[in-house]
Amino acid sequence: MSDLAGTVLLAAAAVVVVLAALVLYRVVAGPTTHDRVMAVNVIGTSIVMVLALISAGLDRPEYLDIAIVYALLNFVLSLVVGRFTYDAEGVDW
Amino acid sequence: MIVTTLIVVFAAIGVFFTFVAAVGMLRLPDVYSRSHAATKADTLGAGFSVLAVALYFGTVGETLRALILLVFIYYTNPTAAHAITRAAYSRGIDVWTTDDSEGSR
Repeated sequence: MSDLAGTVLLAAAAVVVVLAALVLYRVVAGPTTHDRVMAVNVIGTSIVMVLALISAGLDRPEYLDIAIVYALLNFVLSLVVGRFTYDAEGVDW
Repeated sequence: MIVTTLIVVFAAIGVFFTFVAAVGMLRLPDVYSRSHAATKADTLGAGFSVLAVALYFGTVGETLRALILLVFIYYTNPTAAHAITRAAYSRGIDVWTTDDSEGSR
């Protein structure tokens, strides 16, 4: 594959890192716990994107496995927080 | 050449939708409307990026893993945001509205 595509994918990874750092403002600013968890979820998705992009840009296919595992852990985090902060008297299932 | 163009276009679209998601997370007024940015824009951006990666590798094993990652993101991202939003609603967090008379639920 041409060198141009790899460079473009690495540049895209760099931009996504910057955007994830911007979303970090929502983790700090709040105002509720659920805002923070959702922002962490978005940052986790961005990290999965970055892992996939640099696996192509650096020609390291094994990073794709790490990306899959990271996506799994990200999902488990959100589900666990969603269940533990759930108030069963507030709304019906 | 065509494949390179497709990779560049898909990566650009993915970065654009990630940008939309970041702007939505920073600008939207409450947790419920932010979940729109977290589910739709971010999932689409990740999908296009992973598609670009699958095109870049081109071999069967890596393409298959990239597609597994794609399907997995498409399933889990909205589910996670739904779980968080439902927990927020059950906690009685106010829904943003333009109507001043009734603020919450």
